[in-house]
Order: sequence, then C-alpha cells, then structure tokens
Amino acid sequence: MASKNDFVKFDKVDKSYDGKILVVKDLKLDIAEGEFITMLGPSGSGKTTCLMMLAGFETPTNGEIYLDGNAISSIPPHKRGIGMVFQNYALFPHMTVYENLAFPLRVRKIPKDEADKKIDKALSMVSLQGFAARMPGQLSGGQQQRVAVARSLVFDPQLVLMDEPLGALDKNLRESMQYEIKHIHESIGVTVVYVTHDQSEALTMSNRIAVFNDGKVQQLSSPDELYEKPVNSFVAEFIGENNTFVGEVSDISEGKCKVKLANAEIFANPISVKGKGEKTTVSLRPERALINPSDKMDNIHNGKIEEVIYHGDHTRVRINLLGNPEFILKIPNSSSNLDIKLGNEIKIGWNSDDARALDPK
Amino acid sequence: MSSENKQILTTDGIPLEVSLKKAEKKNKIKAFLLVAPLLLFIIITYVFPIGDMLMRSVDDKMVTEMLPKTYKSMETWDGQELPPEEVFEAFYFDFQKLIEEEREGKLSTQLNYTKNGFKSIIKKLRRKSKSFEEGNYKEQIMAVHKRWADVEYWRAIKRRAPAYTYQKYLKGMDMYENEKGKIVNVAEDRRVHRILWLRTLEIAFFVTVFCFLMAYPIAHLLATLPMKYSNLLMICVLLPFWTSLLVRTASWMILLQQQGIVNDFFVMIGLVSDDNRIEMMFNKTGSYVAMTQILLPFMVLPLYSVMKTISPSLMRAGKSLGGTPFIAFWKVYFPLTIPGIGAGCLLVFILAIGYYITPALVGGASGTLISNQIAFHMKSTLDWSFASAMGLMLLSGVLVIYWLYNKLVGIDNIKLG
Repeated sequence: MASKNDFVKFDKVDKSYDGKILVVKDLKLDIAEGEFITMLGPSGSGKTTCLMMLAGFETPTNGEIYLDGNAISSIPPHKRGIGMVFQNYALFPHMTVYENLAFPLRVRKIPKDEADKKIDKALSMVSLQGFAARMPGQLSGGQQQRVAVARSLVFDPQLVLMDEPLGALDKNLRESMQYEIKHIHESIGVTVVYVTHDQSEALTMSNRIAVFNDGKVQQLSSPDELYEKPVNSFVAEFIGENNTFVGEVSDISEGKCKVKLANAEIFANPISVKGKGEKTTVSLRPERALINPSDKMDNIHNGKIEEVIYHGDHTRVRINLLGNPEFILKIPNSSSNLDIKLGNEIKIGWNSDDARALDPK
Repeated sequence: MSSENKQILTTDGIPLEVSLKKAEKKNKIKAFLLVAPLLLFIIITYVFPIGDMLMRSVDDKMVTEMLPKTYKSMETWDGQELPPEEVFEAFYFDFQKLIEEEREGKLSTQLNYTKNGFKSIIKKLRRKSKSFEEGNYKEQIMAVHKRWADVEYWRAIKRRAPAYTYQKYLKGMDMYENEKGKIVNVAEDRRVHRILWLRTLEIAFFVTVFCFLMAYPIAHLLATLPMKYSNLLMICVLLPFWTSLLVRTASWMILLQQQGIVNDFFVMIGLVSDDNRIEMMFNKTGSYVAMTQILLPFMVLPLYSVMKTISPSLMRAGKSLGGTPFIAFWKVYFPLTIPGIGAGCLLVFILAIGYYITPALVGGASGTLISNQIAFHMKSTLDWSFASAMGLMLLSGVLVIYWLYNKLVGIDNIKLG
C-alpha cells in the first residue's frame, strides 16, 4: 500500500464565524497517510476550528478540504467515517462501555458476532478488557479517555481526530497516555490529527507538528526540526525556552551575519534576514550556550550572574548578558561547575550557527 | 476481637459513644428547632385539613345523633316488614325533641339524601304530630302519609344508623347501595361523575401530551441557543408565568370567543365564513388551549434544566461515529432527557388533573373538570362531605399515578433542576 502524501488536503481554506475576522487564513496543509500530525498553538489560534472543519461540524468559508482525493465540504459528518476523540471524552453516559463501542458498529449494521470481535480487540488495545459492562460514570478519567480512544478506533476509520484529549488528566496520567496513544498509532497505522496547546505533548507524540498562530500555520515540520530550526520568532518563542537579542544586521555574507546590538556586536545565522540594515531578533536555545567556552566559538562574551535556581539534575542561571537581563543558561550539575555563584562574572560562548537571526517581533 | 469490643474512652475517661451523643445533641436540637416552624405549618395547613376532609367524607353521625332512641329500638328489627310499635314510639319522641330544638329541617335534608320523598312527609308529620294522642304511635304516624306506611322509608332510616359511611364515595363513582344493601350503578341518565372523571383524565392526559410536544423543541432551543437569544426566549417563557392566572385565562376568552381575534382572523383569511364562526370557548377546545398554554412553563423548565446539562459534544460524537442526525438524537440525546420528560409530564399531569379556574371560565358545560364539581358541592349544594369524598378520590388518584410512575420509571430519575 503506497501511502499518499496528501491523504488529507486543506486547500486554501478560510474560515470566519462573523464575517469580520478570519479565524483561519489561507490554510494549505497536506497530511500523509499513516501520519501522526499535531496542530499546536495557543488558544484562539484556529487549530480546533481546523479540526472541526475536517470533522464536518464547521464548514469552510472558502476553499476546500480533500479526504483521500474527494472534496468533503458537502458531506455531512456522519458520512465522513472519521473517528474522533473529544476533549471531555463525550462518552454516552447512559450506555455501558460495550454499548458505547457498539454504537458506531450498530449504525453501520455490522453483524453482532463481528462487532463483538471488534469491540474485544479495541478494548484490549487500550487494556480495558473486562470493563465492557461498566458505565462511563464508574470509570476513572484515564479509563474514560481510553474508552473514548477505543470507540474512535473500533470501526476502523482511516483517520482519527483528537481534540485535546488529555487536557483533563493529571500530569502523570497524561504522560503515560501520550505513550499509549503513540503506540496505538504505531501498531495500527491509522492517520491521526491531534490538537493540543501542550508543546511537550506535541513534541513527544508527533511525526510532524503544525504550529498555528493567528489563523496561520507558522511552521510545519518534524519535532526536532521545529525545536532546533524554528523559522520565525513566534515558533522560537512558543516551542521550548529561548534567549533573544534584538538588533540590526550590520553585515551579511554567505551563512553568517553580524548583528549590531545596543552596545555590542554578535555573529548569527541569517535565516529570515536578507540584507544590511534589517531589524532582527536573534534566537538562541539555552543549552546551546556554554560557560567557559573553547576559543573556537565565534561568540564569546562576559555576563554577570543575576540568579541561580537549583533544578536537581541541572541549574538554571539567569545572566545579564549584552544588555539582556533575562539570558538563561542551563548548566549540568557536575563538580566542574561549582564556581557558579551569584554576582560572579562568567564567560559565555556559542556558535554563530546556533544563533538564528529571525524576523523582528 | 477483644480489643475491638473494648469500649473506647475519650481522654477524659467518658465512653466515646456517650461523648459523641452529647456533642451532637445540641446540633440535633438546633436542627429540629430550625425545621419546627415548617413542620408545624405543614401539620396545620396540610395534614390536619386532609385528615379533617377524610373524616368529613365518611362522617355520618348527624342522623345517628338526632335519632338515638329510634336506632336503639331498631337494633332488633330485621327490616323485612314494617317495624314494631316501639320503633314508631321511639321515633316519635326523638322527633318531638328535634322539633323543640328546631332541627327537624336538618333531619329531613339528611334523610332526603338517602331517599327522595322524606322532605314532604317530615313536614307533614311535624304539623300533624302536634295533635297526636298518647299511645299507638304506629297507627297515628302511618295515618299522616302513606309513605310512612312504606317499609322502604323505614329501611332508608335504618341505613343511616352507622356513624360512618362510604356512601359519598359510591356517589362519586355514580353508584349507590340499594335497599338490599347491594352496590349498583345509578340510572344511566343520572351518571354525571363518571363522565367528569373520564373527561378530567382525558383532558389532563392530552394537555400533558400537547405541553410535551410544544415544550421539547422550546427547551432544546433554550438550552442550545447562544446566551443573548436564550435569555430573551427564557423571558418569553417565563413572562406568562409571572402574569396572573386570571388575566391569562381572561385573555384567552378574548382571543377565543366567537367575535374574538382568532375567529376574526379565520374569517379574514377565508377559512370559515362569517356566519359560521368556530366555537372555541365554553367547550373542551377552550380548556385544551388555555390549559396547555398555562401549564407550558411547567414542562419547559424541567426539560430545560436537564437539557442544559447535556454536553453538545455528545451529539457531535454520535454523528462523528456515523449516526445520522436522527439516530444521534434518538439514541443519544433523547434518552438523556428522559428524567426531564418524566418530571415535566408528572408535574403538568398532576396540575392539570386538579385544575379549576381555567376550565371554570373557558370550559363551559363540556369542558369542566371534576374539580369544578367539587367546588360546586362546596359552594352551592353545601354537601361538604361529598366534596371531601371527591377531593380525596382525586388525591388518591394522583398518588396512584405517582406510584405507577415510580414503578415504571423510578422517582429518583426525576430531575427538576
């Protein structure tokens, strides 16, 4: 089975609720078959709206969505055959777990013995065998969540949508459910579109992540690329921790540029700057800056330690560096780093390659 | 085992249970004092009147007390033939005493309830008895009127002997105990109450059905519309609720009468001709229309409060799992609203079954209910014991419905809010 690269295709989709504000702007997104794609973004960024349009509960104001090559805007939700897991599980409270799972099979008129097999399989997939006769109210939050996942998969849909399904669970449960969902996805190869505002959830689970902001996809790439190589300052800020310097490009050459700050100059990697004089925000991940650097690094500056926070396996150090009092460093707690004291001056260095000169904010 | 059975003491050495009781006693007294006024209120305004009503409906002491000697002498009479002389004598003395106290009129009214024809012969006996001679009262009384010589009338007197009676209940069902002590139906053309009972049930049932059919979509809209529209709609539902019942009924009279707005409209659009206007008032139609409108909020509110708690994502889940909108509604949404439906229907039915003012004003002759009959006996015939009996029959009917509902649906499934 050759997997398609555009199993789900958003083609120039616009969405507006009130005719004044566009919630989703000119969305173009291809989702490959069998992929686990996450729509990540702050609340109000349009990610849930996209999911609802795909599920059929909202209609695109403009543009078209294709599922397996067919335009689906005019197909009602119940004919799309898309599984969905809702934020608050949306289990039918008056039905047992078995009846909940049997619902999609019954409406498809699947014979009872075949349906029973599918239900057994789905329940064992989420390790809930023996719970078939329970009512949803008798289950814990995590168990209800698993029933919801099983119900969305029991009728073998090709596409499953998940709308912040782990939002109501506590932290430990959420993490174990993340792995569980990931493993289910890997074992049955279904295409999953997952919506969340929790970046660690997105980074753990996804093949690709679409970062939404302001109704637009800011960046669509794999988790590592998203973290290591953000293409704009929103993504750099939104994913992980980030140190920034605001300045102006004073010199630019192949693969390297000079950025003039208020009282210093640093070397950076020009990502979205084209020429001299452009304003820019330079983004640097905390773990890419080192203390006591070797001389090979092309940026070496002195900073004063303003705050030291002990985190067990590492220490977070806030440093006033080049006019930025919020510069964060993560330092592994090893015996060689015992001279980190409040008020000390230390030397900090990084490679210009890791300092990404992005658009100004 | 022994350690579990050992009495546990507090730090001061008092047994724990005693100490606990002492500590909670104050709270218990406080709690009781808080509910005491309400308890008293309920006893005075509810338990006591209903008890009194029950007593009144079976009480038949009046005649028993008016004719004490007669009934004593009647104990040995088998009721086959005319009673012996002692009975007549005893009756004469009882009757004389009543004349002195001017209570013979009451006796005639009471006996007339049991058998028609007593009124005139008691009047006549009163006139004639002034000139009675001592002794041989049987002959003298029988000479007053030929009915006094009829054994049926003496049997009728004897039937009033017990201090308690269930005759009023039989009367409420259009039945009575005949001379031979058998319970039989009254003549066909005099059966009023059964028709009224059936009509009351019928109207209450259909009003409940109409209310349900109209309230369900309204409640659904209320629960799903955005706030600014649902608030307005809620006010529309509640506004009639805040208006006086009389005002609403009167406005229905204006709307429904033959020269009223609804008929004018029908004539205007050519649905009916001007000289053939529809009669919508002073009949069942009037009762149906007005009662449905008045009781509608009692259906909307419980339904609304239940629907409000149903998450919209449930319907979406139903659809996304492949159910058509109808299946999603029927299998998912509807079953979840059953507690509200139960509460609303029970409320409306029970209110409708005892409805009084509206059917009295717009119901006319064919649209009145049993409660109007009860009021009629309270106000016009002053037969309070009969009114009480019918009231209690109505009450027990409601209790039966409540019991049935509990058996079928379960009262704990009811949700009023």
